[in-house]
Amino acid sequence: MDSLFQRSLDDIIKGLRHQQAGESAFVSKVLEEVRREIKSTDSHTKSTALQKLTYLHSICFVDMSWAAFHAIECISYPNFTHKKVGYLAISQSFQESTPVILLISNQLRKDLKSNVEVEVSLALECLSRIGNLDLCRDLTPEVFTLMASSRIPVRKKAIGVVLRLFGKYPDAVRVCFKRLVESLESSDSPPIVSAVIGVFCELASKDPKAYLPLAPEFYKILVDSRNNWVLIKVLKIFTKLAPLEPRLAKKIVEPICELMSKTGAKSLMFECIRTILTSLAEHESAVKLAAGRINELLIDEDPNLRYLGLHALAIVAPKHIWAVLENKEFVIKSLSDPDPNIKLESLRLVMEMVSESNVVEICRVLVNYATKSEPEFCNVILGSILSTCSNNVYEIIVDFDWYVSLLGEMSRIQHCQKGEEIENQLIDIGMRVQDVRPELVRVGRDLLMDPALLGNPFLHRILSAAAWLCGEYVEFIRNPVELMESLLQPRTSLLPPSVRAVYLESAFKALVFCLHSYLKSAHGENGEASGTTLIQENHITPDSVLHLLNLIDMAVGPLSGSYDVEIQERARNILGFTELIKPVLSDSLHPQDERHKQQVEASKMVRLLHDTFSDELGPVSMSAQGRVPVPDGLVLHENLADLEAVCGSSLPASSATISFEGSHNVEGATSIFISDQKEESEPSSESTSLLAEHRKRHGLYYLPSEKNTEHHEANNDYPPANELKSGVTVSNDAQDLAKLAEQSFLPKRKSKQVKARPVVVKLDEGDVLPISSKIPQAKDDSLSEAVRDVLLGNKAAADSVIRKKGKEKLNAKEQEDDLDHMDSQSGTVQNPVKERSKRSSRKQNADEGDHGGDKGKQKRRHRHGKHRTREGVQNPPANVISQTPVPDLLL
Amino acid sequence: MIKAVMVMNTQGKPRLTKFYEFLVRKRQTQFSLFFFLPCLIRAENVSNFMEADSIFGPDSRLVYKHYATLYFVFVFDSSENELAMLDLIQVFVETLDKCFRNVCELDIVFNYSKLHTILDEIIFGGQVLETSSAEVMKVVEEISRQESASNSIGLVTKTVSGWRNR
Repeated sequence: MDSLFQRSLDDIIKGLRHQQAGESAFVSKVLEEVRREIKSTDSHTKSTALQKLTYLHSICFVDMSWAAFHAIECISYPNFTHKKVGYLAISQSFQESTPVILLISNQLRKDLKSNVEVEVSLALECLSRIGNLDLCRDLTPEVFTLMASSRIPVRKKAIGVVLRLFGKYPDAVRVCFKRLVESLESSDSPPIVSAVIGVFCELASKDPKAYLPLAPEFYKILVDSRNNWVLIKVLKIFTKLAPLEPRLAKKIVEPICELMSKTGAKSLMFECIRTILTSLAEHESAVKLAAGRINELLIDEDPNLRYLGLHALAIVAPKHIWAVLENKEFVIKSLSDPDPNIKLESLRLVMEMVSESNVVEICRVLVNYATKSEPEFCNVILGSILSTCSNNVYEIIVDFDWYVSLLGEMSRIQHCQKGEEIENQLIDIGMRVQDVRPELVRVGRDLLMDPALLGNPFLHRILSAAAWLCGEYVEFIRNPVELMESLLQPRTSLLPPSVRAVYLESAFKALVFCLHSYLKSAHGENGEASGTTLIQENHITPDSVLHLLNLIDMAVGPLSGSYDVEIQERARNILGFTELIKPVLSDSLHPQDERHKQQVEASKMVRLLHDTFSDELGPVSMSAQGRVPVPDGLVLHENLADLEAVCGSSLPASSATISFEGSHNVEGATSIFISDQKEESEPSSESTSLLAEHRKRHGLYYLPSEKNTEHHEANNDYPPANELKSGVTVSNDAQDLAKLAEQSFLPKRKSKQVKARPVVVKLDEGDVLPISSKIPQAKDDSLSEAVRDVLLGNKAAADSVIRKKGKEKLNAKEQEDDLDHMDSQSGTVQNPVKERSKRSSRKQNADEGDHGGDKGKQKRRHRHGKHRTREGVQNPPANVISQTPVPDLLL
Repeated sequence: MIKAVMVMNTQGKPRLTKFYEFLVRKRQTQFSLFFFLPCLIRAENVSNFMEADSIFGPDSRLVYKHYATLYFVFVFDSSENELAMLDLIQVFVETLDKCFRNVCELDIVFNYSKLHTILDEIIFGGQVLETSSAEVMKVVEEISRQESASNSIGLVTKTVSGWRNR
């Protein structure tokens, strides 16, 4: 009775349309019905239920994986309508991992063998959507048979399914590939050619090399076909093939140019342009022609064509920038086009045009533009400025002072969301370019001073960089007291804890610097005259020191109870330091008799810290760790393997022990390193000299250090992570610098030239982005291997063909004979030649028919063999390198 | 290769979805897709392409065409030509037009399975197999004939609803 009142799909659709608000209630009600109906034994009821479910799945996205088995039942019904519903449900909802998927194997086979054309189509369509390894393996023979079907629609779809077979089950190549290639030549039926070319286009996009031997067939289609769809696909194939074989490029450039100028179809024309620009860019005249066609696209009314025109220019830009420069005005104008695609594309082109000489002007224009455009595009512009300028370690930047101030300016743009990138660059430049540090600090200071910026969360990262820079290079700050004030201003409470921690650390550094220079100057007043210049510059008076200490009490004091451990720890560090230094200092601030003694003590403490901070941080190569040789007797992997075993066996209990073990190990390691140092417990002001000593003794564990003087000569060499200072005090530093300047290391400061590019420290491998070399998938590999085997007539392949198909036996044998014959003739010549001669023999046969016979074949083959060897003599390296078979069409 | 075909109305209600790569069949993705697309398609007279890498994985582009109250959306990768894809949408719509005589949104709403039949003839497992709407019509008619033949075997419709619709 149930089935009598079953609602049809139409009822559901109508019902859905009448639901205004409670759609989901309606859907769940229908689902309930479906769950009941689908269990029915009546085929009509079941299939209708399944149809409704499929509809809801694709329109309302309800889950239908639970109905997988019912769908399989439906495809086994003899009634075509029911079968169709089942197939639709399967192809819409099955995945490779659907557990019942293997159950359809037999039904698919049955339908593939059906006499009813549309049933075969259904099965093929289904296979092309859900075929997994097992299905593809099981059904390859059926598909192979269908590839020779006399019914065009079936044959077409069988060819289409081959792509899935190859992808999932590469061994299918050995069975189907030959027939696939033969289908290329069925010029009598365009749909077939179209389907085959589509398949080859997909195959070639993954591994073009394997299909190079088929170039003659593709070429024939390129010249003969009149179907735009087919031509586009052939061009796509040649785009992949041409870069592999220069002779092929030479051969196809002419027909493609002709096609490009003759065709009326914009799609085909664009494809020709793209092929020329991507793969035939060495052919100057063709590129000129293509550029002419691009100009036509650019002035078209259709925004699609204008966009694609710009897109084509972007392709050509790296090799032929003139094509872009010709359209410079159009490109700039397009920046203000209402079409977002066109805007983006023209921005890309503008960035392509950037060079050392015009980077300043272009960036100026773009930044102005960014301030005016909507937030999204503004950030795109900023992003592309940042990435272009930082490209290859700031290759195009000459004037770093300008660039750094540009970074500061960009940070202040209202919609700027590029905080992270700007942060990274600021710090990176600080570490790499010594000369720009004063300007960096100035820019950083300006950012820190502005209380308004603290309210913008997008800027927090930049502020963190600014704070770090100002702390690290505090010696360039004109007024450190002012810096301290801005680092500790009340509004810093708006910052996230991580940034605030940086602020505190920088404040600490600045404080130490202030005290250090104060004490030095006080000291200088007493005796030596070396520090006088510093006081004048820094305006550090006893009053300001008091002010600073008070400021710290007030601003940092409350933070010692912060919930964030980083903040708390750093705050306590600072407070602890001020506690230590205060009594000593206050004595020295108020002149007394034993002032001198106190002062020495204070300055000793401050100097100790100052030395710690003034040790310069350098960039570290990403591969630095790898260069530390593993010392004898240290086995790195052994224990880790144990650890893994432990981890694998019992998870929660062991994790605790592991962490203990880990810390033990670390301790052990450090104790090894410092065991030789006798005075380790005594903190002395000679920490750096100790370090030097340590370094001398354990040179093994350090990176090989070079002399500073070599840096600018060999930019690629890696400087030691922490450059050692020979002296400890600032004045010694200055002496060092002077010495280095004498050695012509830093000539640019006083050079008469306008402005030389400062030294940018580069690391050899570290700067290259980690190349994510794509490891070709095993499947692709085995696929192309199989293709190569078949194309090159590998013996094993031939064997397997024999095994698989008795029908092909003769053919394969002939091939084998051919090969044997060849081998005896040309001795050491390798596969490529075999392939060539085989091909030529086939062609010969076609040309001369029966008449040619064996003799002609041999002769021809012989000639080719000779030709090949001669060429080999003439041009041996090419021969060695390119092992890919080259079709004789190209010779 | 074509990765997905979608038809939706201007309010973002899906009318047809077909994904040729399993990757995007996730429910959540689909929801967000239909939610965002109509927002993204803003102005008239702008180009019809969109980068779709974020939704459909690397090397994905999206092309849409606006007909009356419907958006036709194709997602494809670099082995297809952009303009050819626009043409293909045209072919699809032309075929629908022939099939339903002046196709409108209602036809598409109520002929769910026929829509799939037509699309399957044009795009097969992500590959374009047929670009002539006349050829497609031929096959679709054949399938309809087959369907009605198989339906007439069960002489009496078994449901009230089916009987009403006769």
